[in-house]
Order: sequence, then C-alpha cells, then structure tokens
Amino acid sequence: MRAATKEAAPAAAPRRWRPRISLGKLFTWAVLVWLFVPIAGMIAFSFNDISGRQNVSWQGFTLKWYGQAFAYPDLNQALINTLVVGVSTMVISGITGSLLGLAMGRYRFRGQQISNLVMFAAISAPEVVIGAALLSLFLTINMTTGLLTVIIAHVMFTVSFVAITVRARVMTMDPRIEEAARDLGADSWTTFRLVTFPMLFPAIMAGGLLSFALSVDDFIITTFVSGELSTFPLWIWGSTRIGIPPQVNVMGTLIFVVGVVLTVINVVLARRRS
Amino acid sequence: MAITTEETPAAHGAGPTGAPPAPAISLEGVGKTYRSGPGTVTAVHRIDLEIQQGEFFSLLGPSGCGKTTTMRMIAGFEEPTSGTIRLAGKDVTGVPPNRRDVNMVFQSYALFPHMTVADNVAFGLKRKKVPSAEIKKRVAEMLDLVELTDRARYKPSQLSGGQQQRVALARALVNRPSALLLDEPLGALDLKLRQAMQLELKRIQREVGITFVYVTHDQSEALTMSDRIAVMNKGVVEQLGTPAEIYETPATRFVAGFIGTSNILTGTVDTVSDGWARIGYGHGQHVLAKGDGTAPNEEIVLTVRPEKIRLSAEEPDANLSRIRGTVREVVYLGSTTHYTVRTVDDTDIVVFQQNSSDASNLAERGDTAWLSWRPEHSYVLPG
Ligand SMILES: Nc1ncnc2c1ncn2[C@@H]1O[C@H](COP(=O)(O)OP(=O)(O)O)[C@@H](O)[C@H]1O
Ligand SMILES: [Mg+2]
Repeated sequence: MRAATKEAAPAAAPRRWRPRISLGKLFTWAVLVWLFVPIAGMIAFSFNDISGRQNVSWQGFTLKWYGQAFAYPDLNQALINTLVVGVSTMVISGITGSLLGLAMGRYRFRGQQISNLVMFAAISAPEVVIGAALLSLFLTINMTTGLLTVIIAHVMFTVSFVAITVRARVMTMDPRIEEAARDLGADSWTTFRLVTFPMLFPAIMAGGLLSFALSVDDFIITTFVSGELSTFPLWIWGSTRIGIPPQVNVMGTLIFVVGVVLTVINVVLARRRS
Repeated sequence: MAITTEETPAAHGAGPTGAPPAPAISLEGVGKTYRSGPGTVTAVHRIDLEIQQGEFFSLLGPSGCGKTTTMRMIAGFEEPTSGTIRLAGKDVTGVPPNRRDVNMVFQSYALFPHMTVADNVAFGLKRKKVPSAEIKKRVAEMLDLVELTDRARYKPSQLSGGQQQRVALARALVNRPSALLLDEPLGALDLKLRQAMQLELKRIQREVGITFVYVTHDQSEALTMSDRIAVMNKGVVEQLGTPAEIYETPATRFVAGFIGTSNILTGTVDTVSDGWARIGYGHGQHVLAKGDGTAPNEEIVLTVRPEKIRLSAEEPDANLSRIRGTVREVVYLGSTTHYTVRTVDDTDIVVFQQNSSDASNLAERGDTAWLSWRPEHSYVLPG
C-alpha cells in the first residue's frame, strides 16, 4: 500500500510543493525532545568522568560510577527508605483504594457525594497545604514523625488516585457478569475472587503503580512529615548545596531503566492478550 | 399442549408415585413492587403460572411489562414482594441464585471477558465440583452442540455476536439445569441471524429436553418457538395458551392488538338467538358473533383476523357475517394483497387475500365491495 502510494505520487502531484513534515508532526517531536532532554542529560552525566564535587560540565566518559554506585551509605539508606515507603504506599493504597472505588462505583449510600468531594479535594489540594496540615495533626496527637508518618501521608494523597481509577472501571462493568457467576453456582466470595477481581485487576495495577510513582518522587509533603527520616528526593535536595555526586545520576538512570523495562513488558503482554 | 418428556429427577418432586409430576416452575400470586426514590413502582402485579417439565414456555409482552422482573424472581436475583415461587414443587423463597437449579441466559450475554470460551462453559461445573475428566467431556460435548469446538480457546471479545450468544447458551445448558431462563436472548442479533438462531434454539431444546422459559417482545418469535405463551401487559398475564389459541382466540383487546393484525369492530347487539349475537348495519349487512352472556342493546367489541375475511363483488351468503365498504387502499405484496376497506360506520377493516393465479385483482381503489367471514371467526372481547 505504502509503496504504491509513493510511486504514484510524483506523477500525480508535480504542480504543488508540499511540506514533507506537517506542523503537527513537528510539534509532537518538539514536545518529545523537550520531555526527553533532561532525562538524557541525567543519563549522560552518570557517565561523566569528574574529579571534584561539581557534576555540571562534561569531562569525559567513564563507567566507574556504576562500580561505585553504592559508595554513600546514607544515600543507600535514603534509597531503601524511599523504596520501603513506595512499596508500602502501593500496597496499602492499592487495597484501600480498590475497596473504596468498588463501593463508590457499585453502591448508592449516604454521604456518597461527600466522599466524592473529599477524594477530589485530596487530589487537587496544594501539597504545601496537605503537608502543613498533616504535620500539625501529627504534632497535636503527639505522634513522632518518621517512617510511619511518611507512609500515612503518602497513602493519604495517593489513595484517591487508585479509588478513581478503580471506580471508573467498576462503573463500565456490566453487573450482569457477576450475576451470571452467581447464577452458575458461585457464592459471593467466589464471584469476587474469580470474576470481579480479575476484571478489576488492570485498574488496580494501574492505580497501584501510579501510587508508587507518586510516592517515590514526592518531596513537598515528605519534607513536612519526615522528621529524622531521609528519602531519595530529600537526600538529593540536601546535597545540592555541596554538589550532587554522580551516584545520584546512576541511581536515577537505574530507576528510569527499570521503569522503561516494566512499561515495555506491560505493552508486550497487553498486545499478546488481545 | 405441554410436552412431558422422559422423567428427570426433578420431576419426582411431588408426593407419592402416580401423582402427576410437580410443574418445573410454578408462580402463585407473585408480585413485585420496587422502591424507587420517594415512591414505588409495581413491575409485576399478580402472576399465576405453571410451567411443565420439558416445555418451551414464552413470556411475551411489550417492553416494560415486567418480563425481566418475573425472570429475575425465578432465578433468585429479586425476591417477590408477594406470592410464592416453587421450583419442582419446592418453595424457593430466600434461596440465593447460586443454590437454585435454574440457569439464566442474559440478553447482554454477560460472558466472563477474561476467560476463554471453554473456561466460560466449564465455570458452572467447576462450582459443582464435578470431576475434571467429566468437565472436559461435557464441555466438549456442549461446544459441539453449539458448533463452537474450534473456538474453545478464544476469548469472548474475539467472537461475533451470534457466537457469543451460543457461548452464553452453552455455559448455561452444560449444567443440565431443571429449567433454562432466556431473557430476550436473540434481541441483539440482526434479523437473519435471529431467525436462524430461533430454529437452532428449538432444535437444541428438543435434543436436551430441558424446560425453556423464553422472554421476548417479538410476537412472531414467540408464536414460532413456543409450546405455550403467557401474554403479559402492565405486570399481569392477559392470556395463557398455545400459540394457536392465542392467535385464533385472543382473550382481550390488548392481546388481539399485540399479536398479529386484528380488526376491531364495535356495535350494538340487535338480537341474540341460539347463542349468536347479531349486530345489524342495515341494507342486509350484519355481523354475527358467539354471544353467550350478551343481551340486546348491549354495546360489544369484537375482533376478526384479516386473513379470515373474504372480499367479493357479489353479495355473500346471509349465514356469514357480511358488511359492505369502499376500498381505500390496495397493497400488493407478492403472495398476498392487503386491502383496507372503510365500512358504513367509518371503521377501517384490513383484509389479506391470497393471490391465486385465477383471481388476480379482486378490487381497485374506490370500488365498493362486500366483506364476509364465518361467524366463528369473530370473538367478543371483554370491555
Ligand atoms: N430495579 C428496579 N427499580 C425500580 N424499577 C424497576 C427496576 N427494575 C425494573 N423496574 C421497573 O419495572 C417495570 C418492568 O420492568 P422489566 O421487568 O424490566 O420489564 P420488561 O423486561 O418487560 O421490559 C418497568 O417499569 C421498570 O422501569
Ligand atoms: Mg426486559
């Protein structure tokens, strides 16, 4: 098809010159470049052969930072903390948010409007406000800030995302499908396990991964409620004054690569499924 | 007209041997009122039905008359607000759907989208803990019956509408329920496929001998397929009978109008003799109808089917109902011609005439013609 069009083109359109690249394409590429340049910079500077503390100008190529990726124990600890917080947030928000979304999509109940409102408020409220409010709450109830409070805060601002994704899926789901399962002899738990949950799973997964991503790079709320706890973003912020070591670029690159690999696997699986 | 097939275990539900088997499904004074916002909606007023073992039974009625609600009460998704439902003689009040021995085929099919065709069909048997070798065998048999063996490993989204419909049917039938409930199962298919599937469903029902309760708003579908039909309107059963009974002797004005085409005539009874009421229209015109319980001077409504009426130029026999009119419209339809004739009292009567080779064109628009039919083809309707 394409070949045929190309061959026919010179004969058909010699009169008018047409731009090969449309404005739309150009714009799309411009946006992609704009999005990708900082990431490319981060990756490039993880290979920068610097000697001092300043990783700002290109000095030459090296792989040595990958060998010394874990040279800063407190950076390692910060990364571990971030992963612990991220995974906990993903699991807790994933479960609570799914149940919330299921209830909000399926049942009519007293206070449904209010819970909708609260959910969107949690998403749209400025992070400084949430952070400050949570900190004063923890101080009031005399709770020591640290790992636990960070997880609580992260669950608080991510749970709505899961609930909204799951609710959207529930609302487009034919309730007859679950009735069919009941009709064929499944009790309510079996119906949930074999029919409802598998049908909601992609939405739950999407919500969970979004929670993880939001949690891993959260800075503002975490700053308020972290207390003594250090996380990856907090550590980077702390080190900006004395120069960010290339190890940060190395870890950033690794996190990026893991993300890309997961996305590719997801796309391939989705394509194979359909 | 109920066909009683070989005894299935469920047929032994009723008392001592020798007694007739309990009906597969019986409804006694069943009603359903939904709470809806501040008020209530009564979807089903009061239904009494007995559906026999092995019968192909249809619930026929216009949209919103309560067919789905009735079906969902039998399946156990709704509890009746009044009355009792029995399955094979046993009261099932409060029994959840997963513990009722009936299966449902949904109008939207409601297939499990994440499972293959074979897993969809096996779902019910797995819940019953049937040994896996037998599950495999029965699923294969069932896929063979609905001609989907080569689609066993496909997902529902990869099938056409007609194929999905057959999966839905197989998924329910494989459990060998005592009755299968089908809610407008062919509603989403196009006309040609629908007609093919009607014959297919009828064949399958004969082969497996399971009671079918079939919901439809399509009167021709109900007439073609059913052993018996309950015609519903506004939450009540207006008439219960075989397709022929319902077509030939509609019990109410609604049934007469809903099934096929009917001519409705009104008039005042002149005389009643030998049980025949006579309505005169002057000039030798009169209509006779079986008039038990009618009295002179009473206003009555009666009905006659268009294909029972004969159109002629010469005056018909006085034993027949006969009335004159002006031909208003002639529609030629190949094997038949439809005439619309306006009578002296300004009623339009529709007549279907077979087009036989000799009598090609009986009347033209504007002609005056006689209409006649045998008295037993008119029925006096209540109210
Ligand atoms: N869950 C419900 N709540 C309130 N009203 C309902 C509900 N289900 C059905 N109805 C009403 O009951 C009537 C009969 O509905 P239905 O049984 O679905 O009719 P049909 O299947 O014959 O089209 C309709 O007026 C419908 O609006
Ligand atoms: Mg319906």
